[in-house]
Amino acid sequence: MPNSLRRNSLPALAGLSFVLVVGAIGLVFFYAPVDEDGLNQKIFYFHVGIALTAYACFAWGGWKALRVLWKRDEEADLESYVAIHQGVIFGALTLVTGSIWAKYRWGHWWEWHEDQLVLFLILFLFYAAYFMLRFSVPPGPRRANLSAVYALFGVVLVPVSILAIRLSERFIHPVAFDRGGPNMAGSQFFTFLLSWAALLVLAATLYHVELAGKRIDVRLRELKEALR
Amino acid sequence: MTTEEQYVAAAYLVIFAVVLAYVVIIALKLQRLERELAELAELARTKREEREAVPVG
Repeated sequence: MPNSLRRNSLPALAGLSFVLVVGAIGLVFFYAPVDEDGLNQKIFYFHVGIALTAYACFAWGGWKALRVLWKRDEEADLESYVAIHQGVIFGALTLVTGSIWAKYRWGHWWEWHEDQLVLFLILFLFYAAYFMLRFSVPPGPRRANLSAVYALFGVVLVPVSILAIRLSERFIHPVAFDRGGPNMAGSQFFTFLLSWAALLVLAATLYHVELAGKRIDVRLRELKEALR
Repeated sequence: MTTEEQYVAAAYLVIFAVVLAYVVIIALKLQRLERELAELAELARTKREEREAVPVG
């Protein structure tokens, strides 16, 4: 990659995420039709996109964790941590936006009999506990290894959580996709895809911003030690 | 505004608020890093002045 492009990749990514998010909100409210479910269906475009982005962040964190254990890549530890942090933020947003939708549609904030909801909550809590483990161990290779093993265990829950809605015999959670493809009109599907792309690019931007901050923090500590 | 519209607005406002809170946290962190960097620059300057003050030979 040319140096000038690499130097400007973060501002470019931030600009792209802004354009995509604004475009996606425009499509959600002014292009996608209101179907028989009513206006509350507009929550779906971002709620599902946020949930899928959370899964992507956890998977990315798992991949980086694998690199820690496999390649002994020291940088990958920080990258795995930041990806999981992003996943937890998007996971919290999934739970909150889903609960708001559920309160309107089902009349209550949560449904304990819904396998997909409970599995997503377990996945979220599992990764929330990742930080407790990580910060209970002093920095170093031991912390990197323990965090990586824990992150990899969590990745197993991702496909289970996604497939829960198909495995469950009793569910009331709407099914956006089945074996026949998306359960929505073409314009709705296009809006959903753009919303998801916007959220993925937004997550990538936040990931790189947070990672840059963490790397500066680490180097400043090293510099402080060297100067003392 | 109908109840349904209020719920949709609430969902999108929550997303906006979380992203905004994230930006504020990052901004605070940047401020701390800037402060720490200034302290380190000051420390490096002091060390250099001390080295230069030591008479040669």
